[in-house]
Amino acid sequence: MAVRIEQVDLPGIGVRHDVLTETGRRVSVLTHRSGERTLAVFEVDDPDSCRDPVTLTDDEAEALAELLGASVMLGQLSALREAAGVYTEQIVIAADSPFVDRRLGDTRARTRTGASIVALLRDGSVVPSPGPETRLQAGDNVVAVGTRTGLDSLTRIIADGAN
Amino acid sequence: MAETTTLLIEIGALLLGMGLLGRIAGRAGVSPIPLYLLAGLAFGQGGLLPLSASEEFFEVGSEVGVILLLVMLGLEYSAGELLTSIRRSALAGLLDALLNALPGAALALLLGWGPVAAVALAGVTWVSSSGVIAKVLRDLGRLNNRETPVVLSILVIEDLAMAFYLPLLSALVVGAGLAEGARTMAIAVSAALVILFAALKYGRVISTLFSPRQREALLLGVLGLTMLVAGVAEQVNVSAAVGAFLVGIAISGPVAEHASELLTPLRDVFAAVFFVFFGLQTDPAEIGPVLLPALALAIITIATKLLTGYLAARRAGIGEPGRWRTGLALAPRGEFSVVIAGLAVSAGIEPTLAPLVTTYVLITVVTGPLLARLPESPRFRAALRRRMLSRDRGAVPPRR
Repeated sequence: MAVRIEQVDLPGIGVRHDVLTETGRRVSVLTHRSGERTLAVFEVDDPDSCRDPVTLTDDEAEALAELLGASVMLGQLSALREAAGVYTEQIVIAADSPFVDRRLGDTRARTRTGASIVALLRDGSVVPSPGPETRLQAGDNVVAVGTRTGLDSLTRIIADGAN
Repeated sequence: MAETTTLLIEIGALLLGMGLLGRIAGRAGVSPIPLYLLAGLAFGQGGLLPLSASEEFFEVGSEVGVILLLVMLGLEYSAGELLTSIRRSALAGLLDALLNALPGAALALLLGWGPVAAVALAGVTWVSSSGVIAKVLRDLGRLNNRETPVVLSILVIEDLAMAFYLPLLSALVVGAGLAEGARTMAIAVSAALVILFAALKYGRVISTLFSPRQREALLLGVLGLTMLVAGVAEQVNVSAAVGAFLVGIAISGPVAEHASELLTPLRDVFAAVFFVFFGLQTDPAEIGPVLLPALALAIITIATKLLTGYLAARRAGIGEPGRWRTGLALAPRGEFSVVIAGLAVSAGIEPTLAPLVTTYVLITVVTGPLLARLPESPRFRAALRRRMLSRDRGAVPPRR
């Protein structure tokens, strides 16, 4: 999907990126040289002027980005559900699962079932695209995408390490 | 009392006083520059309480202040930013130079000050204060605004133009006949070009001389290089200020970031000393006679800056309110105008120039930031809306 982003250099200050939304609004992120960043929304009746610029710390910016990223990802996942033959499922790692405290790669999920683990929901936050070295914990909610049979066998593997 | 003791007491008292003034300025949300100038006026020749022992300290300190002001200005910009700004806003920069230098030159000629003073006063009215304007934009939360790049490009071009204007002015001030003057000027401008080219081309190599991690070594090294180049530049009539500016441009990347962090407190001290010293040199009794010309000049050049900004923003496709914001933001003159006047005054070309420029900078640096707030006021917005509406109505073809 094409998004219009404008980049403008501000000599002596930093770089500004504007996202132009479909609804005609302009959201702007100013990255200062000093590393600090400001988020602002442009006014409707004066399209050159921004309103209430908010300065975000590193952590706040990261949290905001993750929040937006996660909501986009979950939206895409639910859209996938409509695609023929592909399903999304959330599988909880039970405390007695053989994979508790083991690496995600140890499940060999993709080779054995064809299903992909696309995210982990842990303690209310999202770990997007976990790598094979990511350690699983009891209570993790594994978001997997695959065929019906693939997801069923993945559920069995996670439950008892079967086959 | 021993002379060093008097020296310490005078410097201490003055710095302490400036600290308090700075605090008052901070409370009131204005630039401390006018207060420093006033402090200088109060303690200088013909002032309330002339200083005796510390004049020399302030003289050297103000020299260092100018160098630090300029090296920090250079550190703010990367070579790439300079080039893109020139490419994008050359026309706006040219318009800015024409509209704002001419009133200064015209006034100097009207007062019968001769061509050299005319060039100096042209420079004074031409350059806006990038320091004051950047602070105003930040304070008003306008950094994200779409017109801000227009403002900044004009400032960058003015600052860069100084690299050529200052050596030109120093050559003129030195005088010495037409042929000799042309020769020094040619040397000055080509030296500036050579340093600029070296800075653009070998900036990275120069930066590797320093390590951003060792604070003390970095501070001493950058300060040393700056003063060395400034001194050499002065020797060949390029003016120390330009040498310092070019050093600032040559240093880039993390070295530049750390160096500007380290130099900022030093700059603050010595730049304040520079403003006080300029005030010290001015006799307050001379301000009365130049008050009216200074006021007229301020009003005219605020109007020409407004026009410059308005037109530049319109060219960049900014809407009506943004054009006014651009023009009004550009109004304050400040540190550079004082630097230019200082150069002319120290060469003794026109004694009345100092009080005139002091008064002019006092007026513009105080009213400028206030004017910049104007577009935010509800009354201004309403007036602008009416204006835009009536214009839209005018554009509609009359009904038959």
